[in-house]
Amino acid sequence: MSNLSVKLFGKTLDNPIIPASGTFGFGYEFNEYYDISILGSICLKGTTLEERYGNPLPRIAECPAGMLNAIGLQNPGVDKVISTELKKLKKVYPKKVIANVGGTLVEDYVETVKRFSTASSVLAIELNISCPNVKSGGMAFGTSAKSAEELTKAVVAVSTKPIIVKLSPNVTDISEIAKAVEGAGASAVSLINTLVGLRLDLKTGKPILSMNTGGYSGKGVFPVALRMVYQTYKAVKIPIIGMGGISTAEDILEMFYAGASAVMIGTENLINPYICKEIIESLPSVMEQHGISSLQSIKGKAHL
Amino acid sequence: MRLENLKIAKNECLNESVFEMEFFGVTEPLEAGQFVNVGLNGFSLRRPFGVADYSRAYKSLTIIYRVQGKGTEFMSTLKAGNYAEVLTGLGNGFNYSGVKKPLLIGGGMGTAPIYYLAKKINESGIKPTVLLGFRSLKEAFYLEQFKKISNLVIATDDGSAGFKGNVLECIQTKNLAYDKYFACGPEIMLKNLAKFDGNGEISLEARMGCGFGACMGCSIKTKGGFGRVCKEGPVFKAEEVIFNE
Repeated sequence: MSNLSVKLFGKTLDNPIIPASGTFGFGYEFNEYYDISILGSICLKGTTLEERYGNPLPRIAECPAGMLNAIGLQNPGVDKVISTELKKLKKVYPKKVIANVGGTLVEDYVETVKRFSTASSVLAIELNISCPNVKSGGMAFGTSAKSAEELTKAVVAVSTKPIIVKLSPNVTDISEIAKAVEGAGASAVSLINTLVGLRLDLKTGKPILSMNTGGYSGKGVFPVALRMVYQTYKAVKIPIIGMGGISTAEDILEMFYAGASAVMIGTENLINPYICKEIIESLPSVMEQHGISSLQSIKGKAHL
Repeated sequence: MRLENLKIAKNECLNESVFEMEFFGVTEPLEAGQFVNVGLNGFSLRRPFGVADYSRAYKSLTIIYRVQGKGTEFMSTLKAGNYAEVLTGLGNGFNYSGVKKPLLIGGGMGTAPIYYLAKKINESGIKPTVLLGFRSLKEAFYLEQFKKISNLVIATDDGSAGFKGNVLECIQTKNLAYDKYFACGPEIMLKNLAKFDGNGEISLEARMGCGFGACMGCSIKTKGGFGRVCKEGPVFKAEEVIFNE
């Protein structure tokens, strides 16, 4: 019998499969499609202190092996997320979830994290310092080790939950940023967020997206994400949540070999709403095929 | 919503660039105004299309599409007998219960979902008035089918058929009477209709990521807050939508 369970922040997850922020809404709507209680955890839609509409349309452009998005953190604001969305989710998903926090100023992040700290169903809080689609804040925090460190410190100081820092691939050396946030007290890092990309309209010659550029994600980024997880594993001791283009159970094995302790599945949810369920179901037989009895035992195998 | 592997029964050219595709094997009923999201081999994202016709007896679904880019170009090469993975039953349909004198308005490709709506209303015992707007007669399609189930009025920008002008000018000039209207078409048409009369339902179009509410790629502003075209829509009350200026 294959053992899918993994440990994160001292808690045991039934399996390492977590839908990534921004690709699963606040979770409960997917319960119309399948019983979401099978998921290891759920990462919530990026949340800010105040309600945000996000960017003008179009926000989506197709790419080979993936897509560009420039949503711009549309969300109802942290108070509504806690009072409404989390309550709805709790009814269909009894396990703990990961909140995802974005912002423009350090104070926004601090205040939002404070409020999520009071929510009993929140296991950990992921800091989005890597969103390429907001005018200020977002990725600006995540592309310099110094600002990433400062923000992490400020947030860790007020949080009663473990802090996961979501890293941007749009940097020269991702492991430098990982080390900086580890030093600042982060409990884990998650990577990668999207890669900044561009598509142009063939008729007009102008950008398709209203924000011009957007974040590229999907199957095409998997090798880049895997390399960055591999590289970061050598640099830090805190757990890594691997993500970027995962679409099969085999991809998950590769992520664990590279050093991931859990994984998030993003864009593939938008293409096949049943993907997390399908992967959870196929993972045991894929592990068996490769003679793997537990996922924990293969973590970091690529480095041995 | 269901993910269905549907067999293509027919893929025929209706005019220069507009095709009609029929699928077999639909297991769940589809409402007028709902849409489906068609998966294409080699393309990352599905392509959303309004339901142009559905038959419970034959488990069949019809969509109408215009060849516009690489995806629809590829679609036009698919043959009867090929299969496609389709997410069906997406979004909310038109609410026509209780209407006595409906006016159905289709502009360009927005004509497609209006056909299924006209059919449903006609089946309910009311022969609806259908107003179709095209740039030119050569872009029109399904006119014979519409004549069988509705009182058909046509408007063309170039005057090549019916009223010369847009659908709103046609409503005003001909003084078309109705208790509620239902429309699908270009944003400018829907915006002008909504400004003219808020008591109607309009079906919007948007570039979508997922088509089922997960990515927020197609959110618009409404008086009640955000509205995802794919989830709260694609049909909205005309008075609720806040259009871009």
